[in-house]
Amino acid sequence: MKPINQNAWLLILPVVLCVAFSAILPLMTVVNYSVQDIISPERRVFVGTEWFKMVMRDPELHEALLRQIVFSLAVLLVEVPLGIALALSMPASGWKASAVLVILAMSLLIPWNVVGTIWQIFGRTDIGLFGAALAKLGINYSYTGYATDAWATVLLMDVWHWTSLVALLCYAGLRAIPDAYYQAARIDGASKLAVFRYIQLPKLRGVLMIAVLLRFMDSFMIYTEPFVLTGGGPGNSTTFLSQYLTQKAVGQFDVGPAAAFSLIYFLIILLLCFILYNWMQRVGGGPERAHE
Amino acid sequence: MNRPRVPVKAIFLGAYLLFAILPVYWMVNMSFKTNEEILGLFSLWPKDFTLHNYATIFTDVSWYSGYINSMIYVAINTVVSIAVALPAAYAFSRYRFLGDKHVFFWLLTNRMTPPAIFLLPFFQLYSTLGLMDTHLAVALAHLVFNVPLAVWILEGFMSGVPREIDETAYIDGYSFPRFFLTIFVPLIKAGIGVTAFFCFMFSWVELLMARTLTSVNAKPIVATMTRTVSASGMDWGVLAAAGVLTILPGAVVIWFVRHYIAKGFAMGRV
Amino acid sequence: MARIELDLAHSYKSVAARDEDYALLPLKMTFEDGGAYALLGPSGCGKTTMLNIISGLLVPSQGKVSFDGRDVTHQTPQERNIAQVFQFPVIYDTMSVVENLAFPLRNRRIPEAQIQRRVREVAEMLELSGQLEQRAAGLSADVKQKISLGRGLVRNDVSAVLFDEPLTVIDPHLKWQLRRKLKQIHHELKLTLIYVTHDQVEALTFADQVIVMTQGKAVQTGTPDQLFERPQHTFVGHFIGSPGMNFLDAQVVGEQLKIGDSTLSLPAGRAQTLSSAGRTTVGIRPEFVRLSDSHDSGALRATVSLVKDIGTHWMISATVADRLVRARVAPDVRAPRVGDTVWFTVIGPHTCFYKDDRLIA
Repeated sequence: MKPINQNAWLLILPVVLCVAFSAILPLMTVVNYSVQDIISPERRVFVGTEWFKMVMRDPELHEALLRQIVFSLAVLLVEVPLGIALALSMPASGWKASAVLVILAMSLLIPWNVVGTIWQIFGRTDIGLFGAALAKLGINYSYTGYATDAWATVLLMDVWHWTSLVALLCYAGLRAIPDAYYQAARIDGASKLAVFRYIQLPKLRGVLMIAVLLRFMDSFMIYTEPFVLTGGGPGNSTTFLSQYLTQKAVGQFDVGPAAAFSLIYFLIILLLCFILYNWMQRVGGGPERAHE
Repeated sequence: MNRPRVPVKAIFLGAYLLFAILPVYWMVNMSFKTNEEILGLFSLWPKDFTLHNYATIFTDVSWYSGYINSMIYVAINTVVSIAVALPAAYAFSRYRFLGDKHVFFWLLTNRMTPPAIFLLPFFQLYSTLGLMDTHLAVALAHLVFNVPLAVWILEGFMSGVPREIDETAYIDGYSFPRFFLTIFVPLIKAGIGVTAFFCFMFSWVELLMARTLTSVNAKPIVATMTRTVSASGMDWGVLAAAGVLTILPGAVVIWFVRHYIAKGFAMGRV
Repeated sequence: MARIELDLAHSYKSVAARDEDYALLPLKMTFEDGGAYALLGPSGCGKTTMLNIISGLLVPSQGKVSFDGRDVTHQTPQERNIAQVFQFPVIYDTMSVVENLAFPLRNRRIPEAQIQRRVREVAEMLELSGQLEQRAAGLSADVKQKISLGRGLVRNDVSAVLFDEPLTVIDPHLKWQLRRKLKQIHHELKLTLIYVTHDQVEALTFADQVIVMTQGKAVQTGTPDQLFERPQHTFVGHFIGSPGMNFLDAQVVGEQLKIGDSTLSLPAGRAQTLSSAGRTTVGIRPEFVRLSDSHDSGALRATVSLVKDIGTHWMISATVADRLVRARVAPDVRAPRVGDTVWFTVIGPHTCFYKDDRLIA
């Protein structure tokens, strides 16, 4: 068992200060706004949970939330196994490993609005490689015309953009497994599948937890890329939660409801992450992790 | 074990890398074309090869200063994030203390907050501090999501190192700094490498806070790239060229940390 | 159980030109069936390289490895049927103790009933029977090492068990228990055991034969007694013993030995061999240095610099001809004080003479 040491607080103090400085004040401000109706700078009326109720009763919000959940689930289902498979296929060392790392890193480094812009052109049947190729194959494809095509393209773009993150994390995790485990497995006569199941996957648990939660929360907050690519359309078929919030805030809400929505948004992510985190702990089933 | 067999892994990896590269290739392709050609016809390689887009970026001060500004605050942020995260991750990994689980979870919640929440308060805060439009402001603002991520990843890798190694080092007479730097850090190299890259990357691409807190002096490249709409419409070519150039610093970073990430875990020779 | 013969050299470089390029200089070695051997040496001496070559995890760049006369140089560890215990416990985290132990047998598709029987036998031997259903991951390091060892022992046709500094991460007070357990197992199962360590206490208590290595060379193979009494190489004299052997520069002149300003007579019986030696190094262990007086023809004058009471004996450090010599003296003798002049008798039956680091007499 880990020893109790209250002096450890000294080690985490810098981190707490850095983050608290940036986080607590803003959060308090948002909470403040969310319970007021700011009719004008001088006239502020306390309205309690008024905005929260209004936001939560909004049927368009429910639709956007549903779309968002489906999207995030799809993202996880594709990117996590794909990332693991990539990490397992990547060479362990040498110039080839370096080259692969650089190629994978590229999609992560492009500013998100450029990602959306590239795919905008990339997906057009007249001037884009992807769109033209599909058209050549005789597929009737248009991401501006059909909702399913828009969904598929947004998903494909996200997979292209973010799978590297899962792959890099898993790759680093695999490299951290000492050789002795593989040697022992060879001596024990274990098959490749057994090595994956009993050595690699358990040792990747920590890293996978990070990858799953990161991809979940980031995909849940996604804004720029789909906005640039489809603008939320056709119609509102690809209008996910953060775009909905921005539309409302800029268009209709003032600060009060917008703040309330932000808080609700945050709490939804918090709740879902919490559930996901606990479920993964139980499935992984291990009292040897640091934070049981 | 030497039966000839289909190299499944290599084919799979090759296929994905092709998929990963195609849009980048398309962007490079676009960067050497004129806007007319981009929108006018479909060509795998520029018919009218032009360096005009890159020239615009290299000669227009608002473009290249954008790169420099971004690199400055991203560098500051990455260094600070890792520096404060290392001891904290060690504490979470090795000890129990009052409120440890709660603080850890609170850190994570900062990473899952929609950035929009921070915009207005940050604006007010940094204005009050007189730090508006400085690199420091953006570097500090980005700590809110990078520090939790750094602590999170590093703690994971540290927990993978058996505690017996720490204890053996103390019995052998190592002081804590010496143990940490010469024994422990090499064992979590892969974690540090990947953390450094992710901190760099997330700070590099962040748009909302960077744009809100800067105007002229510290304006980052990501902000400059959003205003590529001119009277004649979107400047696709320049945008593509700028996109190509934004990959370069990050590619350099990952090249530098490749040995941290790719090399194996070597525990005691002989 | 197998007799292992090595006739090889190994270099990690593709082109090995000088001695420094070799991790293991050309050597020939035999490990008898059922013997307990220790490979002892400091970090970097090549002992783990040798172990990995024996196990099959490494193929030597030159030469061959034979088990019972069969050339196994290119066989995998599985094919050679060896078991290896590593520096830190290597267990399958997601499995229970019994599943860990059964794993190698399940991979060989042995009938389940047989597996269960064998696993319980081995668990009994290692005193793990009470913990069979527990998850292996949550147990302490010494129990985990026992599980690692157990996985090697379950296969009853295992040819040899190899240990790579297995007690490194074990608590000091548990090390002794594990060492005792290993000796017990050796006694019961009569397996060939090869144990790599840099700790001489472990090596000397565990093994019947110790191979001392340094810089890719095996400098001496022998029983703990042989290594102690007659080290064949100055390195062995220095490395073994706590503290190690004392060394003094000497010059053989005719029938006598000059050390510093003093002239001593050569020991009877060895004068012949040493007569042409010229410059030699005299080695004598602190245990065999005697306190005497100026009348002893084999004694040297020394100035005491340190006197330590170790409880069971005195450890006296003194300077002789600019060299530090340590002597272990019985507790009933009156101890000298720092600064006193004492006389050490260094020439005697246990004295060893070396030239170019090798034992000549």
